[in-house]
Amino acid sequence: MQISVKRIDKTAILELKGSIDLSSSPAVRKILLHELRESRTPRVILNLEKVKYIDSSGVASLVEGLRASRDIGSRLLLFGLSPIVREVLQLSRLLKIFEIYENEQQALSA
Amino acid sequence: MNIDLLLKLEFPSNPELLCAVRGAMERLTERMGFSESECRSVTRAVDEAVTNIIRHAYRGQPNHPIVLTCYRLPKAVGSELAQGMEIVLEDQGDPPDPGRLRGRSLDEIKPGGLGLHYIRESMDVVEFSSSGGTNQLRLVRCLRPENTIRDS
Repeated sequence: MQISVKRIDKTAILELKGSIDLSSSPAVRKILLHELRESRTPRVILNLEKVKYIDSSGVASLVEGLRASRDIGSRLLLFGLSPIVREVLQLSRLLKIFEIYENEQQALSA
Repeated sequence: MNIDLLLKLEFPSNPELLCAVRGAMERLTERMGFSESECRSVTRAVDEAVTNIIRHAYRGQPNHPIVLTCYRLPKAVGSELAQGMEIVLEDQGDPPDPGRLRGRSLDEIKPGGLGLHYIRESMDVVEFSSSGGTNQLRLVRCLRPENTIRDS
C-alpha cells in the first residue's frame, strides 16, 4: 500500500494505491485521522482509483475518518471507486453515507 | 489423501500473508467455475475469516498456525448433495466470543463488526466450532445451476 498526499488550498487529496487490508489499514487510519484531528484540514478527499481491494478493516478506517470529519465540521469525500470497492461499501450499506464522486475534478467542485 | 481435497495451506498468522491467501482463493474459485462475482465473494469471505483469526483468536500476534483446507463438492452437506466448495479454517487461538458471532446491525454507522457480515452474505453455510483447543470455521459455497465444475 502506498499513500501520497497532494494539497490544493485547504484541501488534502490522499491517493491510496494497492490493497487495504489488515496489514495496511492501520497506516490508512493513521494518516486519515492525523489529517482530520491533528491538521484539522477542512476538506479531505480520498482518491481510490488505484485501490484494488478493501476489507472490513479498511472500511472501518474510512468510517472512523467520516466520524472524525463530522466531529470537527470538515468534509471527507471519496472518488474513483472500482467495482470491487463499490461492492464492499454496498454490502456494508455505506454507499449513501459517504460523499462519493466519479473523479477528482467533481470532488474538488463539490 | 482425501480425493475431494483441492488445496491445503498452512501459514502463520501474519497479516502480510493475506494477499497470498486471496491470490490462491481467486485462482481456485476461478478454476472451480464460479462466476467473477462469486469468486470475489468467496475470496472476500476467506480473507475476512483469516483476518478475524489473526485479530481475535491470536490477538494480532504474527507467528501462530492457521490451516486453510478446501474441498470440492459434490458431497453430502447435511442431508443434501451439494456442488461447490467447502472451506475449513483451523486455528489454536482463543475461541470466538459467542456474542461477537451474532454480528451487529448495519443501521449503526460505526467502524468494526463488518467482517462477519461479509462472510455470512457470501457463503451458504457458516459454522463455528471449538474442540480440544482447535477452533474450526466451516464455510460452504454452492455452485449455482448456471455454473458447472470444470474437470481437473
